[in-house]
Amino acid sequence: MQPALEALNVRKTYGEHVALNDVSLEIPDRSIYGLLGPNGAGKTSLIRIITQITGADAGEIRIRGEKLAPKHIGEIGYLPEERGLYKKMKVGEQLLYLARLKGLSRTDATQRIKAWVQRFDLTPWVEKNVEDLSKGMQQKVQFIATVLHEPSIIILDEPFSGFDPINANLIKDEILALRDKGATIILATHRMESVEEMCDNIALINRSRKVLDGPVSTVKDAFRTQTYSVEGKGRLMVMHPDFEVLEHNERENGHFHDIIRLHAGTTPNDLLRYLIGNVEVHAFRELIPSINEIFIRRVKETMPETLLEEAV
Amino acid sequence: MPSNFWLIAQREYLTRVKKRSFLIMTLLVPLIVAAFGFFIVKIATSDNDTQEVVQVLDTSGQNLGARLVSTKQMLFKPVQGTLETVKKDYLKSEDDGLLYLPAGLSLEAPKGVQLYAKGNVSIRKQQAVENALDKLFSEDKMRASGLSQEKLDALKTNIDVDSINLDESGKEKNSNALATSGIAYALALLIYLFIFMYGVQIMRGVGEEKSSRIMEVMLSSVKPFEMMMGKIVGIAAVGLTQFLLWGILSVGATSVVTAVFADKLAATAKTETAANPGGTERAAKVMGGAEVASADNAAATSADPAAAVSERFSVFKALRGLPLGMIAVGFVIYFLGGYLLYGALFGAIGAAVDDQTDTQQFMFPITMPLILSYIIGVSVILRNPDGPVAFWMSMIPFTSPIAMVIRLPFGVPVWQLALSIVLLIAGFIFTVWIAARIYRVGVLMYGKKITYGELSKWLFYKG
Repeated sequence: MQPALEALNVRKTYGEHVALNDVSLEIPDRSIYGLLGPNGAGKTSLIRIITQITGADAGEIRIRGEKLAPKHIGEIGYLPEERGLYKKMKVGEQLLYLARLKGLSRTDATQRIKAWVQRFDLTPWVEKNVEDLSKGMQQKVQFIATVLHEPSIIILDEPFSGFDPINANLIKDEILALRDKGATIILATHRMESVEEMCDNIALINRSRKVLDGPVSTVKDAFRTQTYSVEGKGRLMVMHPDFEVLEHNERENGHFHDIIRLHAGTTPNDLLRYLIGNVEVHAFRELIPSINEIFIRRVKETMPETLLEEAV
Repeated sequence: MPSNFWLIAQREYLTRVKKRSFLIMTLLVPLIVAAFGFFIVKIATSDNDTQEVVQVLDTSGQNLGARLVSTKQMLFKPVQGTLETVKKDYLKSEDDGLLYLPAGLSLEAPKGVQLYAKGNVSIRKQQAVENALDKLFSEDKMRASGLSQEKLDALKTNIDVDSINLDESGKEKNSNALATSGIAYALALLIYLFIFMYGVQIMRGVGEEKSSRIMEVMLSSVKPFEMMMGKIVGIAAVGLTQFLLWGILSVGATSVVTAVFADKLAATAKTETAANPGGTERAAKVMGGAEVASADNAAATSADPAAAVSERFSVFKALRGLPLGMIAVGFVIYFLGGYLLYGALFGAIGAAVDDQTDTQQFMFPITMPLILSYIIGVSVILRNPDGPVAFWMSMIPFTSPIAMVIRLPFGVPVWQLALSIVLLIAGFIFTVWIAARIYRVGVLMYGKKITYGELSKWLFYKG
């Protein structure tokens, strides 16, 4: 299937500063794509190129195989990290205005606003000025403004910031529903648990370069460390030619909780067989690295010590 | 998407026009103008309105009291009796003063004259009385020195005629120059105020958008240039609406004021005509005030005072003979051109800085030519509209919107006008281009200390 969006060798500089260096991405259609990276890595620059706020110095962006052009503006919805609305404008007018700028007719926009506002329990606030709304409600209004014109590509930069857990969940469900309806979603966030929960694919950008990308499961596979968590009862021999105990915790009544890494050539079943022969096994689980761990590891690998300290 | 440009302009217009402050300003300014007009008319007519009555008790035995000449400010009313009884009667009357000419008052020793009044005697009243007496005494002295009555009359008439002539011819000439200068001044002030008031609004509007962080959302839908121009045009429409409403309401309010006063003036003129036929001409002149006064008007006053008064207050007469078509077309071009030129720069400032307080340093070089052209305009150019200063300032696009409209009512050679307009158009295309580049980078730039060096770098950033 044709990817919804491709970036081909995109480069962007601001004066001396290189914001994006030869970045290529492929975002599959109808998926949620996690765009990760520390602050200042170049995520926002990439997003601004896709949203046509700025242009790339080199390389190109393709939307479903077509070179990015002004006609694609209506197909893209963008929720920037820096939220902003006209404070002195009424919620309803504001949504109508933003929708019409995306090319919606007045009648279409009005109907859709009504439906969305109801869905988000904002109906009593439609005639209120934006500045009279709580921060959470303003965020909801902003989210509606992003998706009102039913874009096929939705870019959400930290969509959960500013929401309480209940509303964050509401937004999460809406994002998943939009994906199921056929939208492609680019999720730029630091919240790794939501990346793991929601994303089908991820890309990691660090210091203006893409350092990692692919489907979440593949990325995780690549970072498997053959490490297992074992809980049980009995005495576990600590030295063994096939594996290494990284961590040994003794509990009362002879219980233990160990972290064990297999040496090359050893399978989990070999370890299990050994364990069964020696101790009483209560739990046996592979320690798959979280995206968070992968993120930190990869960022550290691609960044010299001094810069890392600065970034932290 | 040109439709987006209109949507933006529309929003800029509607949100401002719907504000309560817009309504208040729209109503308040014409009221102030009307109040101002009221005062001017009031001052112009106050002399006619109040004629003070001064009783004269003449015990000098030289028939001085009866010969005191009443003016329209002061009516001398001879009374009889002793000082004591007259004082008592005066206090009961509604008259404004009591002049006592004591026995033994002579030309050689004009002493002992007393002016009684209820409360303090105003300097004006005292002077009027003194003038009247002075005139009388000098006449008597001249007569005493051997001038015959005929000669004296001839002399008096001569003096009067001279003053009228001087008045008439001088005013005729002056009034035209005055009207021309007045129009030039008014047009320059309009453009100056408009650029300043609404230019600053553009700057603030952009600043608000920047600080509310709506820019990024907007720019994912529209081009920065559309946004900037939409704002400039929308705010221009707000300004034009406001000026138009001010114009209509001010004309309405002041015409109500003048209509009310025109009746009063006409009434005064009528009584004056009836009471003192000789004074008509003089009364008419005073009513005309700084407006046009001419011999035919004085004649008209005697026939129909009301019509004459409205004629005097109408501006149409003053406009006669001016290049009205050129003024109108020129004004519109320089009004819009100047606004666009400066408006774009104000927008760029709003986009470049984070904080409204930082705008000062960038405001200065932009407001400088504007203020200078206004100050030099109303002093140097107004006095010498064809001089070298006037010529060069009306060619430079930054000063021409004000300098040229000042020259327009005096007449400007067509080639100069054409050249100036071409330069102005080139000028605003240039500033809009610069502003668009600064705007494009500036609106998404936060937390950076902006210097002129930084700004000049922005001009050459790629898309």
